[in-house]
Amino acid sequence: MRTVKADPKGVLTGSHYLDGDYALAEGALAAGCRFFGGYPITPSTETAERFSERIPHVGGVFIQMEDELASIISLIGAVWGGKKAMTVTSGPGFSLMMENIGLAAMMEIPLVIANVQRGGPSTGLPTLVGQQDMMQARWGSHGDYAIIALCPDSPQECFDLTIKAFNLSETYRCPVFVMADECVGHMHEKVVIPPADQLDIVERKWYSGPKDKYMPYKNDADGIPFLVKAGDGYRFHTTGLTHDERGYPVINAEAQDICVRHLCDKINNNADKIIELEEEDIDGADVVVISYGITSRVAFRAVQLARKEGIKVGRLRLITAWPFCEKRIAELAPKIKAFVVPEINYGQMVREVERSSAGQTKVVSVPHCGGWVHNPLDILAAIKESVK
Amino acid sequence: MTEIRFSGFGGQGIIRCGLIAGKALSLYDDKHATMTQSFGPEARGSACSSQLVVNDDKVLYPYITKPEILVSMSQDAYDQYEPNLRDDGLLLIDTDLVKPKPARAKIKTYAIPSTRFAEELGNRITANLVMMGFFTAVTKIVSEDAIKKALPGLVPDRFLGLNIKAFDKGYEYGLKLLDEEK
Repeated sequence: MRTVKADPKGVLTGSHYLDGDYALAEGALAAGCRFFGGYPITPSTETAERFSERIPHVGGVFIQMEDELASIISLIGAVWGGKKAMTVTSGPGFSLMMENIGLAAMMEIPLVIANVQRGGPSTGLPTLVGQQDMMQARWGSHGDYAIIALCPDSPQECFDLTIKAFNLSETYRCPVFVMADECVGHMHEKVVIPPADQLDIVERKWYSGPKDKYMPYKNDADGIPFLVKAGDGYRFHTTGLTHDERGYPVINAEAQDICVRHLCDKINNNADKIIELEEEDIDGADVVVISYGITSRVAFRAVQLARKEGIKVGRLRLITAWPFCEKRIAELAPKIKAFVVPEINYGQMVREVERSSAGQTKVVSVPHCGGWVHNPLDILAAIKESVK
Repeated sequence: MTEIRFSGFGGQGIIRCGLIAGKALSLYDDKHATMTQSFGPEARGSACSSQLVVNDDKVLYPYITKPEILVSMSQDAYDQYEPNLRDDGLLLIDTDLVKPKPARAKIKTYAIPSTRFAEELGNRITANLVMMGFFTAVTKIVSEDAIKKALPGLVPDRFLGLNIKAFDKGYEYGLKLLDEEK
């Protein structure tokens, strides 16, 4: 993994007052993203607008594609063309992208997809918040594969985590999702963009050996294969079919075993390195509130109220939702009375908490079907109930 | 923590008021300010609003619940949002566009003919900046200096001078009003 300083052309150094959507675009530009293929959809459109406005000054390509299927495919092409690439969407568009997210996972394409989540299912609530695509991000395309998903809780994190998403995608050669939400996407807050020489950017793992020896799926010592740029004279094959190191289809159980294990294990075996959590007052806590995205801020208010009532409450925020922090949950479960999990869906990540707790503690879901954030008092009530 | 709502009808620059105040507070007054706005069909043509939560530390809950300050530049917006203003809140209105009910509880009302002033200055489009000047003088929640620093980039360059003039007009009117109160 080679790290360089960010290209100053894409870095809008300074303090800004931005919404989360704009910050996503600025994060992408700072990370070196020079290709954006997208189709507008509320509440993510502002990211595309911002990118299209800025990219002529930075140097790169913005294409409004005919739909979300074409958008994600254009990213795969752009990556084979040597660019870092991103798209942004929301629930309905995310659904349309699923088939080719699987292709990107199978071809081991580093790319970033931001999903500014709105209420679903279907067209649902175009202008109102949801966190209902969390399981879809992990399992949405068919077959076994692993991905990485990050959850920003502010415009500042929309910037920071988009850079992190690009770095992770290049490190592990996989699609990475920035799972934002309408509230974070549309709220304006201060965003500080550091100077380019303070931003570490992971470079693509370029192959530089003899032209006739390149194998697109031969793992390096770190378990990740090299990439080349189309047009540089390398002749190779790549496919969505199960393949060998050369990238040619091999349709049998042995090849499938190697291929699928690799797609999952390159993420799962590095989970400790990938996972980022924010924890507060966990030691000695009776209850730990687990949340992510905008809900973590709303939950924080509930935690403060609970502390005022003398309840020992800790806070755990999932900055990385996938891979899930199952080890940490298993470690905490026997020490506490309950996990309380508010999320703006009818209970998604709470299932992971239950699975990882393995019956060692109580797990309380605080669901919300979307359209607004939780009332902190509802989370407080769940905290109080859980310690009874 | 202070909760503020700017309200009026679509096209008056109500969202812009939230942006200007939010940027001024966050970047130049060393506060944390989270701005949210109403989206969707209900925000177009009828009552329109932008909300600001201002705090010394990071803002957690991003939405306002019961604002201390309500700025209303249309009757519809006043009718819709006044009932949610705190009993000891501040109400700022455009004299010519809002006919308020008798003040409820301990609410203090300050009025300015912001649209008329803007027309006198040459362009009614700057009525929101007249109101921002008035808001700055009366509430003292944000500094005059910070607002002026925040304006470039949020109003078109060629109208920057006019917008500053509009702001000053509202600001001076606000100071005068406070002075007369003493």
